[in-house]
Amino acid sequence: MSATAVEPTPIALPDGLVAVVKRDCPTCVEVVPVLEELQHGPGLTVVCQDDPSFPGPATVDDRDLEISWHLRIETVPTLLRIDGGKEAGRTVGWHRQRWEALAGTSDLGAGLPDQRPGCGSRTLDPDVAALLDVRHRGHLMRSRRVSFSALEDDFEAMWERGWTDGLPVVPPTEARVLAMLDATTRPADDVVAVVAPNLVPATVEKVAVNAVMAGCRPEYLPVVLAAVEAACTDAFNIHGVLATTYSVGPVLVVNGPVARAIGLNSGVNVLGQGHRANATIGRALQLVVRNVGGGRPGEIDRATLGNPGKVGLCLAEDETDSPWEPLAVARGVAPGRSAVTVLAGGGVRTAADQKSRTPEDLTRSLARSMRGQEALLVVSPDHGRIYRQSGWTRQRLADELAELLPARTGLGGAEPPELLIAYAGGRAGLFSGVMEGWVGGSAGSVPVTVEVGS
Amino acid sequence: MTGKPRPDGATTVLDPTAETAPAWRPLRPRPASLDGLTIGLLDISKPRGDVFLDRIEARLQEQGLRVRRYTKPTFTKPAPVDLRQEIAMHCDVVIEALAD
Repeated sequence: MSATAVEPTPIALPDGLVAVVKRDCPTCVEVVPVLEELQHGPGLTVVCQDDPSFPGPATVDDRDLEISWHLRIETVPTLLRIDGGKEAGRTVGWHRQRWEALAGTSDLGAGLPDQRPGCGSRTLDPDVAALLDVRHRGHLMRSRRVSFSALEDDFEAMWERGWTDGLPVVPPTEARVLAMLDATTRPADDVVAVVAPNLVPATVEKVAVNAVMAGCRPEYLPVVLAAVEAACTDAFNIHGVLATTYSVGPVLVVNGPVARAIGLNSGVNVLGQGHRANATIGRALQLVVRNVGGGRPGEIDRATLGNPGKVGLCLAEDETDSPWEPLAVARGVAPGRSAVTVLAGGGVRTAADQKSRTPEDLTRSLARSMRGQEALLVVSPDHGRIYRQSGWTRQRLADELAELLPARTGLGGAEPPELLIAYAGGRAGLFSGVMEGWVGGSAGSVPVTVEVGS
Repeated sequence: MTGKPRPDGATTVLDPTAETAPAWRPLRPRPASLDGLTIGLLDISKPRGDVFLDRIEARLQEQGLRVRRYTKPTFTKPAPVDLRQEIAMHCDVVIEALAD
């Protein structure tokens, strides 16, 4: 259950029988004679969701659904027995035996069938449910409310406030943010990380707001939370990655069952467009840094050139037939767990080799596409097959590349970035990808892996 | 489903920012003269920043001014808090410089 769930509080109801109905429900219409029998007999309070004159003038008006929401009505009709102000029993739909048992009477509804299923409660209509949700749980969200007038275009209004990266963002309405928060067990006010450059504590709620804006579906949120936590470590140094005049930005590699569960692409066009989870998870991190941390291009972000991946870059590793254990496992995460690895990466060069048939040849060829300053090598399935068939481990490939790149240096002679190796890409194409990095070590940025929580 | 505009056409959203509209912090007035002041020179650790600052230091000392030198551990990260406090405690003005 979500940590932002609210338990309905009991509301005062008269003792005796209570029936919750709606005129729009054929079963409710069919049981009107029974309701009248009960009103004249043991006594009954009728609560109607859509018409206060149904079935008669004594009906309690629940068009605002306050009573139905508090009683957690899912089906109409629902018949309840209230004893001493507390619910002593309920039954849904029309079911003669159960109605008679609750009412303590017999021979109810002569001429009606023994049972009839009911209809859905209005509280569960999708648009109504969202409004009720905001009415009852909206107070759990602490962010300042900003209203745009009917004369403002929402998308223009958000851009004008400086909240966007230049692309449109989804308006973070209370209902959307609540739905996002329901995807985690963490409380909305839990602090995820302290975000540079302004060193502002980012709550789960603020991350959720920005994830909505980025276009994330709620189920992506746990991955976004892990990404924010990873990027805001001293080791990853998002402040430096942001402030440098160099072109890099955060790049996310996701491992484990969550990738498939949320539809993260690890195949065709893995570094390109077309997959919502890939496109929006990295962007959510970027918007958190922008909006919560205050890191905007031209201000603290001083990149001379930047790179297109700075909008957001997230890929999953292909774990279906990888030559190696998952990257996260190689970095210490238990097998079967989901994790996000963040690294400082920039432009991608395609390392084409359509001739090599041995791992030695292929490795030499890949090394020729590298300068010694790369942060990520994405080995495609066609290239990965050569390593798998030869039994080369991830470590062996890394070691052989290090041998071939003896002058591996970082920017300006500083410590080079750590080279990570991931397996991903489409099933056809003897091409791998090398992604440039920045400065490694404690004066630069070190990749950080964080497990995805619930 | 969940983003329906209100009947009056207005939309209410949650502020995605830190909501810390920075308190207005005016710049300190420039001193009319450097006489009697201590000047901090902060090297951010970019290559050759020291060459530039050596020259600035020499020029300031020619005028008989007090100069203190500081160095950030790395240009890629903000100055540590204790370094910032030390500079604030001992200096009246600061020149931060890089030469790349």
